[in-house]
Amino acid sequence: MRWKALAVSAVTAFAAPAAMAQISDGVIKIGVMNDQSGLYADLSGQGSVWATRRAIEDYCKTTKCEKIEVVFADHQNKPDIGSTTVRQWFDVDKVDVVVDVPTSSVALAVNNITKEKNKVFLVSGAAASDLTGKACSPNTVHWTYDTWALANGTGNAVVKTGGDTWFFLTADYAFGHALERDTAAVVEKSGGKVVGRVRHPFPGQDFSSFLLQAQQSKAKIIGLANAGSDTTNSIKQAAEFGIVQGGQKLAGLLVFITDVHALGLQTAQGLILTEAWYWNQTDANRAFSADFEKANKGNKPTMVQAGVYSAVYHYLKAVHELKSDADGSAVVTKMKATPTEDALFGKGEIRADGRKIHDMHLFEVKAPSESKGAWDYYKHRATIPAAEAFRPVDQGDCPLVKK
Amino acid sequence: MFDFIVQFLGVSSQALFGQLLIGLINGAFYALLSLGLAVIFGMLNVINFTHGAQYMMGAFGAWMLLHYLGIPYWGALILVPVIIGAFGILLERLLLSRLYHLDHLYGLLLTFGLALILEGLFRKQYGSSGLPYNNPLPGGIHLGFMFLPWYRGWVVLISIVVCLATWFMIEKTKLGSYLRAATENPTLVRAFGINVPRMMTLTYGFGVGLAALAGVLAAPIYSVNPIMGSNLIIVVFAVVVIGGMGSIMGSIVTGFGLGVIEGLTKVFYPEASNTVIFIIMAIVLLIRPAGLFGTPR
Repeated sequence: MRWKALAVSAVTAFAAPAAMAQISDGVIKIGVMNDQSGLYADLSGQGSVWATRRAIEDYCKTTKCEKIEVVFADHQNKPDIGSTTVRQWFDVDKVDVVVDVPTSSVALAVNNITKEKNKVFLVSGAAASDLTGKACSPNTVHWTYDTWALANGTGNAVVKTGGDTWFFLTADYAFGHALERDTAAVVEKSGGKVVGRVRHPFPGQDFSSFLLQAQQSKAKIIGLANAGSDTTNSIKQAAEFGIVQGGQKLAGLLVFITDVHALGLQTAQGLILTEAWYWNQTDANRAFSADFEKANKGNKPTMVQAGVYSAVYHYLKAVHELKSDADGSAVVTKMKATPTEDALFGKGEIRADGRKIHDMHLFEVKAPSESKGAWDYYKHRATIPAAEAFRPVDQGDCPLVKK
Repeated sequence: MFDFIVQFLGVSSQALFGQLLIGLINGAFYALLSLGLAVIFGMLNVINFTHGAQYMMGAFGAWMLLHYLGIPYWGALILVPVIIGAFGILLERLLLSRLYHLDHLYGLLLTFGLALILEGLFRKQYGSSGLPYNNPLPGGIHLGFMFLPWYRGWVVLISIVVCLATWFMIEKTKLGSYLRAATENPTLVRAFGINVPRMMTLTYGFGVGLAALAGVLAAPIYSVNPIMGSNLIIVVFAVVVIGGMGSIMGSIVTGFGLGVIEGLTKVFYPEASNTVIFIIMAIVLLIRPAGLFGTPR
C-alpha cells in the first residue's frame, strides 16, 4: 500500500581540499533508511533525514567538508524491501553509510549486508539489543537506545515501586521478542515474576482480546513490549477496559514523545518511560527542536531523530580524521577510538561491541494540569548514568569483545 | 458439553465468554464495513477499494469537527457520515460513473488509486502517529466474566441496528426492490420512469456513509491515523468474499462470525490471529466459490 520513496535529495557541496583524496568516488554518500509512510514515520521518517542534513551543516560550519550527499528510502518495515534497497545502495548507488533503520527485523538484515559489503551502519531507530550482542558487527554502531536499556530503565523503576508480577503484551517480531526477553530478565533479577505473555501480530489494531488475557492473569503490571501505534492502541484500549482502575498498571517499555502526543495527556498521564533524549532538557536541545519544528509540521524531534544527528556528526568526524570513507570497518574502528561529543548528546564513547554509551533518563508523563503548553509532556524522574544504562559489555555474547 | 470444551481447551469459561463477547464487538466493525462494501458491490458492481480510506476519513472527520468546530462525538455521529457520504457522491458523479460499462477491474484500480492518494494527503497533513480522541462514554459494567466498557456495548448495538435496517431497506421495501431490479436490468427499470443513475449515486453515497460511520465509531477506541483503513480493509474484503460478494445478510453474518473466530484465535494461538480469516477465505473459496451466502453470477 505504500510507495518506495527513493530520492536523491540534498547535495551539500563544499570546496574540496586536496587532502581528502581517499574519499570513495569523491563523495561521502549517506543513506537514511526508515519508515517514511507507516506507523514509525513520525518518530523517524523525514525528521531523520532533516537531522542528517542538519548534522552535515553543523559539522561543516567548523570543518572544511568535501561533497556530501544524502539519499533516503522507505523500507516499509519489511526486511525484504530493506535488504533490496540497501544492496542497491551499496552496489549501484555507492552509498557509504546507512543511518537510522527503525524496525529491528529490518535492522538485523541490514546489519548482515553492511558487514558483507564492508560499509558502515549507524542504528538509531531500531531497538533490539542483539545488534550489539550475538549479531554485533565490526561495521555497526548502535547509537540511541536498545531493548536492554529500556528494560533496565523502566523495568527496574517499576519493580522497585512494587510491580513485581508481570504479563507481557509483545509485538510478534524480533524487536518485541528482544524487549520482552530483556525486560523479563530485569524483572526476575530484581525478584519479580513473569506470570504470562501473549504475542500479537504486527502491526495490530484491536488489543482488547489480549488485554482481557492480561487482565485475567492478575499480574500487577502489564508490560507493553511493542511500539508506535501498537503501543498507543494498547494504552487507549486498556483505559477503555478499566485495566488501570482495576488496579493493574501499564508499563510502556518503548514510548516515544510522538506516541504521547498521539494519545493526549488525558490518556497518557502517569506513564513511566525511558528515553535517551528529550527536547526540553537543555538549551542546545531546545534550539535544535525549534528549528526541527519549523521544518517538520510543528512536531518535536524524538530521541531517534536526535540520535541520527549525533551519529552522523560523529561519523563525519571519524571519516575526516581517517581521511577516508572507503573501508567501513576501519571507519567504525576510528569512531570507537574517538570520544564522541556533540551538541545534543554531549560527551560519550562507543564500546568495542558497537554500543554507544550515554546517560538514559526516566520520565513520567505529566497530567494535563501540569503541562505548560504544546509538547510539554515529561517530568524528569531519574538519570541512569551511562555506566549503568546499557548492558555490561561482557554480557552480550558479542564475538568482538575479548573475554 | 460446555464444561468439556472448557476443560479440553484449558481455559476458564470466564475467559471464553469474555473472548466471545470481544469477538462479537470486533465483528461489529467488520459487519458495518463489509456491509457498505456489499451494498456498493451488490448494487453498482464496483469493488470499492477506497472504503478503507473513507473509514479513515470518518475517524478524521470526527476529530476535525471536535478540534476545529467544537462539535462533540454525538454530533459527529450524524454529521460525518452525511459529509463523507456527500464526498462519495461527488466521487461517483465525477469519476466512478464513467466506468460502469467497463470491467470491474477498472473500478477497482480507480478506487485503489484514490485510496492511496487520500491516505497520502492525510499523512502529509497530520503525520502517521495518530491523533487523540477521547472516549465519550467512559466507564462500563462488570458482567461477572469480564468488564464491558459502555462504549463497546454501544458500538455493538448501533451496528446491529444499522445492519438490520439496511438489510430491511434493501430486501423488504419498495425502494430496495427498485434497487435490486436496477442491478439486474437497468434499461428495463429506466423504462418504468425510474432515475437509475441517481439511484446508483445515492447508493454509493450511502455505502460511503456507512464506512464513515464505522470510522466515527472507531475514533474513540483505535488510533486515529491515516493508515487505520488500509490495516483493516484487507480483512474486510476477506469478510465480503467469505460472505459472498454483494450479499447483504452474508456480509453481516460473516462479519460477526469472523470477529468471533478471530477473537478465539487470539486466545488459543495469537500468532495466527491475523491469518485465520484468510485461511477461512481460502477454504470457502475452494468449497463454495461464490461465498457462503452468495449466488453464482
